[in-house]
Amino acid sequence: MAKVLMKGNEAIAESGIRAGGLCYFCYPITPQSEVAEYLSRRMPEVGGAFLQGESEVAVSNMLYGAAGAGVRCWTTSSSPGISLMMEALSYIAAAELPCVIVNIVRAGPGLGGILPSQGDYRQAVKGGGHGDYRCLVYAPSSVQEAVDLMPLAFDRADRYRNPVLIIGDGMIGQMMEPVEFREQEFPSLPEKNWATDGCKGRKPNVVNSLYLNPVEEEQLNRKLGEKYARMERDEVMFEEFNTGKPYRALFVAYGTTARICKTAIKKLAEEGIDVALLRPITLFPFPSERLNELAEPAEFLLSVEMSMGQMLEDIRLATCCRKPVHFYGRQGGLVPSPEEVADEVKRLLGSAKGDR
Amino acid sequence: MQTEAVFAGFGGQGVMLAGMVLAETGMNLGREVVWLPSYGPEMRGGTANCTVIIADEPIASPIVLHPRDIVAMNRPSLEKFCGLMRPGGYVVVNKSLIAVDPDRDDVRVVNVEANRIAIEAGSAKSANMVILGAYVGATGVVPYEALVETAQTVLKKKPKLIPVNLKCLEQGFELGKQARAD
Repeated sequence: MAKVLMKGNEAIAESGIRAGGLCYFCYPITPQSEVAEYLSRRMPEVGGAFLQGESEVAVSNMLYGAAGAGVRCWTTSSSPGISLMMEALSYIAAAELPCVIVNIVRAGPGLGGILPSQGDYRQAVKGGGHGDYRCLVYAPSSVQEAVDLMPLAFDRADRYRNPVLIIGDGMIGQMMEPVEFREQEFPSLPEKNWATDGCKGRKPNVVNSLYLNPVEEEQLNRKLGEKYARMERDEVMFEEFNTGKPYRALFVAYGTTARICKTAIKKLAEEGIDVALLRPITLFPFPSERLNELAEPAEFLLSVEMSMGQMLEDIRLATCCRKPVHFYGRQGGLVPSPEEVADEVKRLLGSAKGDR
Repeated sequence: MQTEAVFAGFGGQGVMLAGMVLAETGMNLGREVVWLPSYGPEMRGGTANCTVIIADEPIASPIVLHPRDIVAMNRPSLEKFCGLMRPGGYVVVNKSLIAVDPDRDDVRVVNVEANRIAIEAGSAKSANMVILGAYVGATGVVPYEALVETAQTVLKKKPKLIPVNLKCLEQGFELGKQARAD
């Protein structure tokens, strides 16, 4: 199929449909409203359901209901809207229901601003809602990758019976790049024999997250824990850049920021400074094992984020602080330039050894 | 080889569309492209801009601090971006609305009365096509025929608008080509 030039938000919308996400709930918010705009037109054409709720709270509970009925359902929003969905997300995780939630992250905290940010890393990776749960979290760095990750997200949501998050910054939503919608094949999925989709001739199914018996609640927590451990074993995805030859420093960055680091790497190479990059594609599970291997030859690691340094904590945890882990970032909707990032590497290489 | 151009003007002047036509042309030629809009609480009359990157290799950063070229439809845009461009790049200036000259002597200036040409061609709204044509004429970043083909495809739902827009593209292109030769 020929490539088409599409805005990230519209490409995500189209890919969601092609992945079978025919049940979509939303509440508009910049910078992701084009997903909803696109689907409001496209869903009726493919016989899907498009519903704009009265708030993100309503939308997230519609998701809970539709997922419970066993249909492929999803929503998209941006930071403040995602915060409003956190209660339902915890319920969905507890009830072990599959759904996909796309967060086109904007600057925060609070109502914040509408420009790109990566300030929702912790919310996505560490929880956000209450209780002991995890989501599988994908972070695309191009429009094509966002398109490719949608079918995978739906498949993994069904396979693990767990909510899956895709987080992109405002740029992923707003920029246009050529995309191709490729058919992806997955092994067949188990039947959704737990769905509350009508019980004529069988015992009713119950979807619930209330466990007043502590023994049962503990069993659920352990079952979920095993599931998250399986994700950590089987679902890690990452990209390496420039790691094939000796390097002095290692960037760790995800999403658009990783692309900025790649340009910085090219600029630094022109000056004879070799730097490599590890780009996590899954934020949970975090590519800790590979990070450890790649950290070994580096003098230091530099986490580059559009936040005050959130993934930074996971990098330090993964490497047990065996190497200095530094941070460079911009906040508030401002985006680091490749020049700034390259200058920071030079500053760190020039200044002192081993300062943490 | 990578070229970056910022198309800037006030909202409603069609700079986003001009950039999009260029990006789509690049894509149709099998090259790597990125179209990145400024977005914000912007409205008609406010400022708007987009960055278009065309490259032979996968594009790393979509953010460009120092673009090679600038296409300025109004004076605030020229003042905002001209200082950022790299030496040796092209700055296309809409002389219909910008009375001043770029205050740099290390860039190549292409002056185009985009609004006047568009009005004379029959559509005041097509000034964006004049300036896009001029940009392509001056830089040769994509072949003219490919640009025309893309413009026709983009406008296929409004066939009445095709002739006047192609006329604007052509007149801009000739001016740009001439400026390149000078």
